[in-house]
Amino acid sequence: MTITVNGKLRPLSNEKNLAELLDALGVKAAKKAVELNGQIVPPSVFATTPVADDDQIEIIQFVGGG
Amino acid sequence: MNPLIIAGRTFRSRLFIGTGKFGSHDLMRQAIEASGSELVTVALRRVDLDKNPEGDPLISKLDPDKVVIVPNTSGARTAEEAIRIARLARAAGSFDWIKLELTPNLHHLLPDPIETLKAAEVLVKEGFKVLPYINADPVLAKRLEEAGTVAVMPLAAPIGSNLGIRTRDMLEIIVANARVPVVVDAGLGMPSHAAAAIELGADCVLINTAIAAAADPVGMAKAFAKAVEAAEEALAAGPRAPRATADASSPLTGFLWQKENR
Repeated sequence: MTITVNGKLRPLSNEKNLAELLDALGVKAAKKAVELNGQIVPPSVFATTPVADDDQIEIIQFVGGG
Repeated sequence: MNPLIIAGRTFRSRLFIGTGKFGSHDLMRQAIEASGSELVTVALRRVDLDKNPEGDPLISKLDPDKVVIVPNTSGARTAEEAIRIARLARAAGSFDWIKLELTPNLHHLLPDPIETLKAAEVLVKEGFKVLPYINADPVLAKRLEEAGTVAVMPLAAPIGSNLGIRTRDMLEIIVANARVPVVVDAGLGMPSHAAAAIELGADCVLINTAIAAAADPVGMAKAFAKAVEAAEEALAAGPRAPRATADASSPLTGFLWQKENR
């Protein structure tokens, strides 16, 4: 099974939901935004949002900017 | 000057700071502190899953009790992209202030007026406090104000150019007609530019590159703060209007060589 995360194909192993995926990727969830197949997912439901084959995921953070 | 109020929030400083391009987060934090600024902008980008998956700690270095954090939609080329970024910013940090920055051309980074207006209309309806970055177009500024933006942010010169005010005549028209605060944003390079913006009637200035890219960003932040304060004090002191011809500083009488019937 493969998913696309931040534009790159990745194999999906054991991660069943977004919280597990972020954990597996080493991402700290605080102050991040996640889009799943074009829909924004609120952090409160990361743990209950399933991840499936072919899902497109964007993990977005705040950086410096003018 | 009247106190600066944007979207119901009073600001004691008329100097806003962008957080990009600093050599380190510590320098950024020190510069913000030195500037006295109460509003900073940030951007949104993908987490770099290869090099830095934990994420950029920048946001944790900003104190929301001290500064209003305003995400920008930099990178957006269309209204759709800007709206998407704004919604992501709100989801990530509960920020409902948004700087609408819509720049399709990476060479000049000038804002697209049509897409900006489209995005502003949508985001205002969704409850965002929208601060649109625009060229110094008085008609556009009015259209955005009428659409419900909480301020307008006309540029002085292209982003990062440090050229100073290249849009003075148009800025003066915007200032004369605006019923929302006017933030001169982009292109200011030296404290004198910031002072000039305030002196011509802008409510505040937004500075990023001039401070972040200086050899001593903290020193430069202090200098900008002094300049903005100086301009405010000058306006409060009731400046005497300029005139086209000379007005002597001492009486034109009593000269040493004055003859009786001169």
